[in-house]
Amino acid sequence: MLEVLFIGLSLGSILLLVALGLAITYGAMGVINMAHGEMVMVGAYVTVLSGIYLGANVFIAIPLAFIVTALLGLLIERVVVRRLYGRLLDTLLATWGIAILIQQAVRLEFGLSFFGIHIAGLGPGLQNVSVPEILQGTLSIGAAEINRYRAFIIIVTAILAVLTWLIIYRTSIGMQVRAIIRNPKMAAACGIDVTRVNALTFAFGSGLAGVAGVMMSGFKTVFPDMGTSMVVDGFLVVVMGGVGSLLGSVLSAGILGEINGLVAAATNDILARAVVFGVVIAIIVLKPKGLFALKGR
Amino acid sequence: MAVDRRRFIKNGLLAGGALITSPYVFSKGALAAGEIKVGVLFSLTGGLSIIEKSLHDATMMAISEINAKGGVKGMKITAVAEDGASDPKTYNEKASKLVIQDKVPTVFGSYTSASRKAVLPVFEKRNNLYFYPTYYEGFECSKNVVYTGAVPNQQLSNFIPWIIKTLGKKKFFIVGSNYIYPREMAKVSKILIEKNGGQWIADEYLELGHSEWGSMVNKIKSSGCDVVLSNVVGDSVVAFYREYKNQGLSHDKLPICATVTSEIEIAAMGAEYAVGSFTSFPYFQAIDTDRNKAFVERYRAFVKDPKAVTHHALESSYFQVYLWKQAVEKAAEITPAAIREAVKGQEFDAPNGHVKIEPENLHTWMTPRIAQWQADGQGKIIDAYKEPIFPLPYVAYGETPTNLFCTGKGLDSSKLKT
Repeated sequence: MLEVLFIGLSLGSILLLVALGLAITYGAMGVINMAHGEMVMVGAYVTVLSGIYLGANVFIAIPLAFIVTALLGLLIERVVVRRLYGRLLDTLLATWGIAILIQQAVRLEFGLSFFGIHIAGLGPGLQNVSVPEILQGTLSIGAAEINRYRAFIIIVTAILAVLTWLIIYRTSIGMQVRAIIRNPKMAAACGIDVTRVNALTFAFGSGLAGVAGVMMSGFKTVFPDMGTSMVVDGFLVVVMGGVGSLLGSVLSAGILGEINGLVAAATNDILARAVVFGVVIAIIVLKPKGLFALKGR
Repeated sequence: MAVDRRRFIKNGLLAGGALITSPYVFSKGALAAGEIKVGVLFSLTGGLSIIEKSLHDATMMAISEINAKGGVKGMKITAVAEDGASDPKTYNEKASKLVIQDKVPTVFGSYTSASRKAVLPVFEKRNNLYFYPTYYEGFECSKNVVYTGAVPNQQLSNFIPWIIKTLGKKKFFIVGSNYIYPREMAKVSKILIEKNGGQWIADEYLELGHSEWGSMVNKIKSSGCDVVLSNVVGDSVVAFYREYKNQGLSHDKLPICATVTSEIEIAAMGAEYAVGSFTSFPYFQAIDTDRNKAFVERYRAFVKDPKAVTHHALESSYFQVYLWKQAVEKAAEITPAAIREAVKGQEFDAPNGHVKIEPENLHTWMTPRIAQWQADGQGKIIDAYKEPIFPLPYVAYGETPTNLFCTGKGLDSSKLKT
């Protein structure tokens, strides 16, 4: 039973890992960032490439992927998203386009494959990330055998969640972000540099996705399409938790993960997934603003 | 104007009608200026391009080899390559384009059963010819398709008895992706398991492309089985083997015996996760013959990748072009129907060994082999038949070499019901 609960917790932590960045870009900035999954993918490829060219392991890849995807996020914000604030559906289409561009860039090796140049680690194929010995196999805790890599994901997710909370609720820039969430115009009138804060927030959200990519790479397959399905799960968590609420995302990821784990153990994974979607639908129907909606006046 | 347009449409229809009814139009279209056009239809984009690109490359390599040696009947083969885009509907459109517009007498293509089923009506309606290189679930009998991959009896009829008798494992946990191939394979497996005195204790499925294996592996762990039979397909394979090891299961005690895990998946997961597990295929890159080693070298040179791996469907994509070439040489005229008649009984020394097209059901005689995966990502062949065996696409329903369901006359569906 402990093992089943642990798997549920692990499923929840994976959901949260992807949803954290979204909770910020979607929740705080009102941008439906369809390219979020591709940021996860880029993070995974940073791990692959740093493994091949720098001999680096996943521990080193984490900060590296954060920097690369944060810079990429900054670029996307500056070039495209900045012009679309307040136009929710337009951001969806625009970022979806960006997602396709990024996917194809990886698949076509930035266009070099047209000239017959091949970069090891890119291209349409499946990539392989080797996981350090210490993260392979199991840990025994009492009678239960715990999967080390999953435990590692849970720890990293917890650290990231706490870090994000600290930044949003305990720093001055976090205060500015929260002010912008409530009312961007009023925030600007109070002297907050909204464009600058938005750019940084978007970059931070993208960076979190990059870290999620590193964690995924050791455990799922790395290929150009890998992010597409994850972004859907991420939105589920954010919408169920309540847009703009970090605590809501954490709780809803935990709940969905445990439901998935328990139902899968009792029946099978296909049914478990259907039940998860059913729960999300029920919650959206009963509480349209999610579990923890911001109360505004 | 209106009259003109109407006349134009009428003439167009007449021309279209002539195209369908007259087989000679095919040959004229395909034979222009001493060349013979063939269609090559694999996914070069989308999720399946990972594997299908390699099948495309192997087909192109065979064509360029044949052309370098003077072509077929003195004619150069020109490949018309189209992209199926990992989408059955696109496959259907591209197949129509190749058959109707390019008027090719043969198309080589498809990896998944879904894409084959999508193009099948095109080839049956236009009486054209399709060469399909992938191992598949059987249960198909078309006079317009030549099947050069393994069918269930060529992957399982050696594998299950071997697991029970040689490995001494009797309790099977069957796991697969949730679509037709794994389900048909499971059906055949269960018959064979029961016949050989084993038992199956679970038959579970996950969505195609699913990569979260935590719950399933936990279930395997607590099920009390002593062997796992995997029909898991695609990138799910990688996540499955990784989770398997990470939950502390070992292939020494509880081996995964797979029907789909090939060199490509092993390379993608990292060989350390698969060491000691088994796969059954007629072809492995590690087959230790000069002919196969030369084939691997030529393939690596062709795709300009010194580490490229070869696998079963890739090898079939390669040798089926040669079988086709021999058929064209034998055929009196270059039409799909004549090539089909000529391909019956064609034999070829492929990298995996001797292969032959069965005249009755157009499937291929092949040699079943079992390999155990090693730390270098290659399979060590530990069991092999001495010679190729009869392909039986309806083995799950009781087909035997002496009681064929699928013959040159088509499917005898009365036998299916019993």
